[in-house]
Amino acid sequence: MAVDMRTNLGTLELPAPVLTASGCAGYGRELAPYVELAALGGVVTKSIMRNPRSGRATPRMAETPSGMLNSIGLQGSGVDEFVANDLPWLTEQGCRVIVSVAGGSVEEYAEVAKLLRGQPGLVALEVNISCPNVESRGEVFACDPDAAARVVAGVRAVTAPDVPVLAKLSPDVTDIVPVAQACVGAGADGLSMINTLLGMAIDVDTARPVLAGVTGGLSGPAIRPVAVRCIWQVRAALPEVPILGMGGVRHGVDALELVLAGANAVSVGTAVFGDPGACPRIQAELAEALAARGYARFTDAVSAAHPR
Amino acid sequence: MSVPPRQVPAEVLQLGSAGAYLSLRLRAPELAAFQPGQFAAVAVGGRHTGMVLRRCFSLYAGDPGDGTVEVVFAVHGKGTAWLAELRPGDQVDVVGPLGRPFPLPARPGAAVLVGGGYGSAPLFSLADVLHAAGGEAHLVVGAASADKLFFGEEAWQRCASVTVTTDDGSAGVRGLVTDPLPELIARTGATVLYACGPMAMLAACTAVAREQGITAYTAVEEAMACGVGVCMTCVLPVVGDDGVTRMTRSCTAGPVFAGETVRWADVGTVPTGTWGAGGH
Repeated sequence: MAVDMRTNLGTLELPAPVLTASGCAGYGRELAPYVELAALGGVVTKSIMRNPRSGRATPRMAETPSGMLNSIGLQGSGVDEFVANDLPWLTEQGCRVIVSVAGGSVEEYAEVAKLLRGQPGLVALEVNISCPNVESRGEVFACDPDAAARVVAGVRAVTAPDVPVLAKLSPDVTDIVPVAQACVGAGADGLSMINTLLGMAIDVDTARPVLAGVTGGLSGPAIRPVAVRCIWQVRAALPEVPILGMGGVRHGVDALELVLAGANAVSVGTAVFGDPGACPRIQAELAEALAARGYARFTDAVSAAHPR
Repeated sequence: MSVPPRQVPAEVLQLGSAGAYLSLRLRAPELAAFQPGQFAAVAVGGRHTGMVLRRCFSLYAGDPGDGTVEVVFAVHGKGTAWLAELRPGDQVDVVGPLGRPFPLPARPGAAVLVGGGYGSAPLFSLADVLHAAGGEAHLVVGAASADKLFFGEEAWQRCASVTVTTDDGSAGVRGLVTDPLPELIARTGATVLYACGPMAMLAACTAVAREQGITAYTAVEEAMACGVGVCMTCVLPVVGDDGVTRMTRSCTAGPVFAGETVRWADVGTVPTGTWGAGGH
């Protein structure tokens, strides 16, 4: 019998549990030749900032064992162009659009969220708090519970009450649970985890960093155990909070692992670079993996690895 | 007419050697009608590989009749080493045809085609198309040494002339691939130059074309992680019609750019004044 793949992130109901991951699917358009975007749980956009942004110099990437480093620097066209061109296109395709919001200050996050308010097609915001705080010597918001909470509160205050706000957490912290708790305390309706881990590669021939940005975000299957651990810890501490899990999902069973750890839905990121058809493939593989293990409903597998 | 890109499992028909390079012929009817300058993104390593990114290669030859395409590559690392181990009957996951092709001249005339190393691969199908349109293609291929040249026997038939250069003089004329260009352009009355090869060569070709008062179209070889436009790693500074420099994806806006629009000296940087470079 077919597995019931419906799920929800708090009040947000999704017909299917696999979504794109921020920064790995552009604004959706590029994947349209390969993927029926509306058949996915949703499309999580590349992070949107207030103004156009050039990003960093090249080289911007390095392949690493079972993963990659990237140092894009949030290249993007800014919220005005996104609202004028990209969001309407995604909405026309019938996508459920989760917009990733980024900023260099609490005010910028809130301004972007305000400009997105009331836009048709937008079903949730994901707050990318792994940005350097320009007002605090570049310290990343996600690494400080108070700073993370201020960003979440700022976005929550200007966002329509029926649009969930998810805070995207960084694994690069001593203890992820207090950051998760601070975000939920500040009004986050759910949590996305995990963002990339900070890494670095050196070219041993030139004796120089490979990336122009020196350090970069590590993603891909190499980080999946970190994602499983973070989701597990936060699920154990916050049994009811909706979790959108991501980190190294490449096959259906990888997604299932995150779900068993506590994810209510799963985003697929780096796998899309190697396989533009990864999201629907993984969604189908996940359904098969659930059926093979006797699950009638996707939601029955959520958090199933935790002791009851 | 351009063919929409598709992701397909392609059967390996033949893996051949061509000097220092390998050529891989695949059954992939969806890609066979590509336009010269377009490329394919190939998954490497198999289902459980630790290599998570695609490898991108310009399409060398295609035959819509039998549904085959061919790419040329050199073994640089683990991914291309894996490709070099493929056997007829194996399957590879291929996405293509990708990118924007070489624009064709409005009127048939003489064109100079310049290839560095296996950067010459996309120029042979271009020579065919130019020839079929009533134009003439003058090919110049260069490399560090004879074994690093890439051009097939058939090049002689498709091109009105072929010039070979090597840095060490082991084949053709000793010198850089750009050395013969001014005289060739003047003699043939070429109005357009097409080039594919390393960045420095493309910059030099653009400079020659400018001096000779003709148009240069260059196919760049930027490192790409996905090839389809989502990873944002293959960008370079390109000046738009509005005069503004943008960090532009070579996979979707290229790989072919009008040479004059690329800020060659600034590749690898974000030049001052680039769109969105103001920060906060």
